[in-house]
Amino acid sequence: MKGPVKASIMITCLGDMLFPEVGVAMVTLLRRLGVTVDFPPGQTCCGLPLFNSGFHRAAARVAARTVSVFEGSEHVVVPSGSCAWLVKQEYPGLLARHGGPTEAARALAARTWELSQFLVEVLGVTDVGSRFEGRVTYHDSCHLLRGLGEAAAPRTLLRGVRGVELQELDGADECCGFGGSFSVRFPEVSAAILGKKIQCVEKSGAGCVVACDAGCLMQMAGALSRAGSHVKPLHLAQVLAPDGTSR
Amino acid sequence: MSDQALRTPFAARATAALEDAHLQEALTIATNKFMALRRESFAGFPEGEALRDRARAVKEATLQRLDAYLEQLADSVERLGGHVHWAATGEEAREIILRLCRERGVRTAVKSKSMATEEIELNAALEAAGVTPVETDLGEYIIQLAGEKPSHIIAPAIHKTKGQVADLFSRELGERFPADPEVLTAAARKELRQKFLQADLGITGANFAVAETGTVVLVTNEGNGRMVTSLPRIHVAVMGIEKVIPSMTDLMLFLAILARSATGQKLSVYTTLVRGPRHPGELEGPEEFHLILMDSGRAAQIAGPLREALYCLRCGACLNVCPVYRQIGGHAYGHTYPGPIGILLTAMLKGDRSVKELAHASSLCGACHEVCPVRIDIPRMLVGLRERLYRDRIAPWGERLVFWALGRVLGSPALFRLLVRLGRLAQRPFLRDGRVRSLPFLFGRWTRSRDLPPVAARTFSECWKELGR
Repeated sequence: MKGPVKASIMITCLGDMLFPEVGVAMVTLLRRLGVTVDFPPGQTCCGLPLFNSGFHRAAARVAARTVSVFEGSEHVVVPSGSCAWLVKQEYPGLLARHGGPTEAARALAARTWELSQFLVEVLGVTDVGSRFEGRVTYHDSCHLLRGLGEAAAPRTLLRGVRGVELQELDGADECCGFGGSFSVRFPEVSAAILGKKIQCVEKSGAGCVVACDAGCLMQMAGALSRAGSHVKPLHLAQVLAPDGTSR
Repeated sequence: MSDQALRTPFAARATAALEDAHLQEALTIATNKFMALRRESFAGFPEGEALRDRARAVKEATLQRLDAYLEQLADSVERLGGHVHWAATGEEAREIILRLCRERGVRTAVKSKSMATEEIELNAALEAAGVTPVETDLGEYIIQLAGEKPSHIIAPAIHKTKGQVADLFSRELGERFPADPEVLTAAARKELRQKFLQADLGITGANFAVAETGTVVLVTNEGNGRMVTSLPRIHVAVMGIEKVIPSMTDLMLFLAILARSATGQKLSVYTTLVRGPRHPGELEGPEEFHLILMDSGRAAQIAGPLREALYCLRCGACLNVCPVYRQIGGHAYGHTYPGPIGILLTAMLKGDRSVKELAHASSLCGACHEVCPVRIDIPRMLVGLRERLYRDRIAPWGERLVFWALGRVLGSPALFRLLVRLGRLAQRPFLRDGRVRSLPFLFGRWTRSRDLPPVAARTFSECWKELGR
């Protein structure tokens, strides 16, 4: 018999700075599921902002650091589809092109998981034993959906939560308009795209909109709070963790 | 788009588009409709996915022997009695047509919808040479009357509401028209009928050209393509060299996915197959047929970073699903080809420098890649384009400096921690109800329309000290 599953948390830059509660929820959830969780020190960012803007040499340096930070990890779990996508799909090629540790990057890519995929594919769980009251709707983040091909895992997990009524979002698979530096370069266009998304969220009648990416959450949260909306943006981990259940 | 308009930065053009209520109304209706029709069409066509893979493979294989297929195409067309012209640039293509007009005494040219002729700005050149070009596709006819350029690859007047078209027709045709598409179409039809009969020259593009048989294929919905290729005494077809396909079998493959991707149709209403000029014993067709094979930056990309963009069928599906295009429409891009594929095609035709702003006009959401009938990885090429802009120092120095600094910070946990602490201090004056409501300088661009979550009182790394115990 193998020992307990071990997972290292890759918190991501936005997760660390802006949404520490998501990381805390993730730890609570994983521990409840019997996973031994650790948090390797020295984490910053996966390098996606550099990669997407074309600064690939700098991105490769950050990637090489990340590879070494997680060298000893059995599994790496990421609460963000876009960061997981970069590590899984782009790290090996990026490091190969810039003389980095390609083999180690390939190995890291193979054992890195976006949270919902880790729960369903590695742990084989669809009911994480949580309770969360209310109607929720789910926004597909672009990189999780189209980059990693995952539409089902987050929905399956949400349906497994007692008390949750999952309401499909109109245009759930359409971009929220974040796109990293895109939202800073073209804030008006980004905000217009976001406006459509928020309209759909409001129309769904859900009390919260769930996503699996810190970028989308930051973007949607920004519009919801500005509009004084009652809809709460939440990360999947916050619905799956017991914090939301024990009341 | 005029040169004047191109001098305004892309961001300003995009913002103007966002504020154009007519444009917003027209765009939303049309792109939603196209998207839904495409989705429905492929949903009822399970073999579609495999056909897309095959179509992509055919495009790739054709590119690998493009020279041979082009020669075969030229031989086939000449065997049918047609003339083949090779144009290294758009200018050369234009010159070939103007020379023909001079030599044959052409006064009026009717045109079927063609992006290749938009690319070489043929209409302006014809007018300057005293030839009257008449667009006969309804959408093209509308924008020609309005003195505009197409804003979508297959729906050139997508930016106009029916009310705007009614006003335009009323003004230009000297009669009051209601905002009724049927009435407006009938009016255009009546106007155009006479032009078809008058015209000496018919100009078309080519959706495909079959190397084996010399067949030029036009995919249309209005029947105007047939009139253009059969009534005037001369027919000129202009095509980019990447439009050649090996065989009629390949054609069937592409036809099965092209209209579905574009409009959700199984096939377009008309699929016109042109084989050279009128042959003895035939009742219709032109006396002369000319095919112009245009390079204009394409061949250089066969081994270049934009190679995959040469697969493009010009279906426009990537425009309909692009969140940026859906908001700003085609004119804001400022070039012949709008949308995500348009950025790449513009880079191909005019060089990387011409898209130094546009290269970033994508959130890289991947919707374009998902719907492309030949699965062109547009986001990957956009990132590659950005990389070249940085490497070749075309990106502004300020931007290079910001990203250099970001690279340093993200490469050092100590610097990263320091920046988090600084951010926590710096945000204090801007916090209200636990959100950052407005920020100065560069950051103000974000907070103009959205709040920013504040840097947390304790980061996750700081929380871990207790959690980890």
